[in-house]
Amino acid sequence: MRGRFVPALFLALISAALAAGVIVQAATAGETPNPAADAKAFRDFYVKKFPNVKLEDFVNGPYSLNEDMRRQWQEKEEFPPYEFALESGKEMFATPFKNGKTYADCFENGGIGVRQNFPYFDVKQGEVVTLELALNRCRAANGEAPLSYVKDDMASLTAYMAYTSRGKPFDIRIPDDPRALAAYENGKRYFYTRRGQLNFSCASCHVQSPGERLRAEILAPALGILNAMPIYRSEWAGMGTISRRFITCNSQTRAVPEEAQSENYRDLEYFLSYVSNGLPISGPGARP
Amino acid sequence: MTRVLLIASLVIAAAAPARAASEADFKAAYAAAEAAEQEAGGLRNQWITTETTLSAAKTAAEKGDFDAAIASAKEAEALAKASIFQAASEKERWRDAVIH
Repeated sequence: MRGRFVPALFLALISAALAAGVIVQAATAGETPNPAADAKAFRDFYVKKFPNVKLEDFVNGPYSLNEDMRRQWQEKEEFPPYEFALESGKEMFATPFKNGKTYADCFENGGIGVRQNFPYFDVKQGEVVTLELALNRCRAANGEAPLSYVKDDMASLTAYMAYTSRGKPFDIRIPDDPRALAAYENGKRYFYTRRGQLNFSCASCHVQSPGERLRAEILAPALGILNAMPIYRSEWAGMGTISRRFITCNSQTRAVPEEAQSENYRDLEYFLSYVSNGLPISGPGARP
Repeated sequence: MTRVLLIASLVIAAAAPARAASEADFKAAYAAAEAAEQEAGGLRNQWITTETTLSAAKTAAEKGDFDAAIASAKEAEALAKASIFQAASEKERWRDAVIH
């Protein structure tokens, strides 16, 4: 009896150890991706952290967290610094390419009021397509040279397209495609991964420290952070796109930034936009 | 005069190998730093500071200041290795920061 019991106990212990190992491994490798649960947890985190801020106000970044800055911003909005970009973007958008077509021919609804649907996952190409990428692909399809992704014309065009979408809630979808889920997860990984000599992740500033000061700046919450893009930044003395924002953030942590519209940056935009679903587009914005 | 020439020859003979060794040391230190930085590049985790320190090493070497060049190259190697360590440790640790 005892002889049979010992091997059985041994087997049971081994099984338990293996099971525990599997559980630990699963926990280490991460739970099953659940973007909807992520988005809910993301939103709940900020609502709990800033109970006096209205949900839709998070899209106003630092102005939602600091009353003095908010007053200054509201005064600036009477003659917003992005106004020139907006006018130039509107003009560019309507100006035909050499072949007679326009940007409107490349987008649903003629490109008006569609900002909230970008980025999307293109199941044919198997990749995330941002608004900036779609604009340059539109140019390429019509025989035009690509624009710089970081500022000037690209910022003006995206400013105009955002303006026509103001108030529309972000509506980012993750299709039933494992590649789309992988892109979302990659964006999430990028957001939380520390990099650069300062050992900062995106989350170090925008999850762990929103509302705190980084020198003269007030750090914005990650929730709704892309809703106001593109932005006029006083620090840049001009407009900047989402690409410019990502590159600048990486540089500030002393990490060598990626190329604009790299896969990681597009996936990061996909993740950040998805977790802000439901919040209104407020771009173009103005920041210190 | 002959004595002076003899002493000068000895000084030059003694100094020359030291300078050559110093340049060789720099090249070895720089190659090690560059290899580490390339590895960090493969992990897409290079630091701006490593790049600027590598440039400083090259500039110092071009000016013939091999002591400074070697010091910068060694610093660049240390920085590159730190960025490699960061990439390895963050491979799974990023999950600890996720909002749940």
